[in-house]
Amino acid sequence: MLDRLAIRSFCNQVVSGAVAAAFIVAAAGLKPGCLIAQETAPAQQPIPAPPAAPRPATLPAAPRFVVVLDAAHGGDDGGGKFGSLLEKDLTLALSVRLRSLLAARGIAVVTTRESDASVVPERRAEIANHAAARACLSIHATQTGSGVHMFVSSLPPQDPARIAAWKTAQSAWVTRSLALEGVLNSALLQAGMNVTLGRTALSSLDSMVCPAVAFEFAPAGGQKGEKPATSLDDPAYQAQLAEALAAGLLAWQAEARQP
Amino acid sequence: MSPAMSIVRRIQTWLFILLLVASAAMGVVLWQLRERAHQRLLAGQDSAPTQAPVVSPEERATLMVANDADSSMQPRELTLDDGSRARVILGKLLDLYALPDATHPVPGGAASIGQVFLLPAENLNGSPAASAPARNAGPAEASIAAARGVSVANSGAGQKNTAAAAQDGGPELAVVNLSSAFVASHPSGIEAETLTVLSICATLHANLPRVTQVRFLVDGQARDTLAGHADLTRTYLASDAMPTEGTNP
Repeated sequence: MLDRLAIRSFCNQVVSGAVAAAFIVAAAGLKPGCLIAQETAPAQQPIPAPPAAPRPATLPAAPRFVVVLDAAHGGDDGGGKFGSLLEKDLTLALSVRLRSLLAARGIAVVTTRESDASVVPERRAEIANHAAARACLSIHATQTGSGVHMFVSSLPPQDPARIAAWKTAQSAWVTRSLALEGVLNSALLQAGMNVTLGRTALSSLDSMVCPAVAFEFAPAGGQKGEKPATSLDDPAYQAQLAEALAAGLLAWQAEARQP
Repeated sequence: MSPAMSIVRRIQTWLFILLLVASAAMGVVLWQLRERAHQRLLAGQDSAPTQAPVVSPEERATLMVANDADSSMQPRELTLDDGSRARVILGKLLDLYALPDATHPVPGGAASIGQVFLLPAENLNGSPAASAPARNAGPAEASIAAARGVSVANSGAGQKNTAAAAQDGGPELAVVNLSSAFVASHPSGIEAETLTVLSICATLHANLPRVTQVRFLVDGQARDTLAGHADLTRTYLASDAMPTEGTNP
């Protein structure tokens, strides 16, 4: 009986801590719908932490590591149509999966959409730029080619301007974006993925002021005209992709911490 | 002899003399015309054999063929007997992509290229006071205005305008007008769309080295993306599209 009471009080403390943290996050002007603030630490520790020590209170001292996940298309814009599959659903599924993995690793995530909503490219860049993200990942899906394609903006690298213009703002970040692409590439190769790298012109990517990479996943396998080994909506394949990307973003976080 | 008779005879005499002089003058003129015609005939005979028939050399073109498997582009030589017109070359390129065993399958073929307009290239960082009609408007409007300006005279004098612009030797902007059917049937995906755009840019630059910038229209109108991804509102630098050692762009 005593044990049950202790567990109940412990649960109450954890819940009240999470509620307090959510209020502080909301008070700080952040969108609770977009921000996945991680409060997993109290639940993992055997000793109940006092509720009056939420992590967001220390935000101004050390800038947080925020990742923006941009699930491409949505709403009226279905993106590519691959048989019965729509690109907008595939990108959202991977975005949600990756968001959970990153949240479980203590990384704050901002997503451009959480549902089948229509978001214009400018709004996507706006969300990413307001989040002051350390990494922006635009997620796409395709039926052509195989494995994973990663793209960095093809804008020429330039020194940052005082006022960044739409559609060319990314040019000041191209070098960092290439570095992010390299780190993600290593993680994906380590996970046994077939990766091709390139440069492209995407209007949402070109307007972002953060290290930004467009990530496009195609069916794995299927080399030389074979039937694709995996479907784009295969949960195991998506989980593998999300795990590799999460590992890559963790490596990027570790790299960003170094002076 | 009556006085009246003498007057008639005098008039006849004068008339005879007048006709004689007229016929003599006409004879002289005829002689001169004959001489002139003879000279002309001789001159024509002289010049005729000097112009040898000209055999135009066979032109070769290079297609930069995209491959989805490894995201690469490989040059492929093509022999053209119809000059190096950009539209024909791009048509051949898209014909390749329309084949069943294409490395970069895109349906449509040569009919997908409406027109290719060649204009003097604007400096991307240039001053707003530039003289070309395309330079004072925004990027999207500029391409339309530029394309329309040339398309009015496309069949006749437009060719001369284009040729005159080309003779300047300066960099050129190619405006490629794609058909909406091609865009509608294009496979969706960043890689596929980017490769199509880069392949067209690189093919133009490989065959017309003066083409440094490429813009795209769809049925004469500006369009945001090719098939949901590749940005068609920007000006592509053709030199950036050229692959290094035939590998990734």
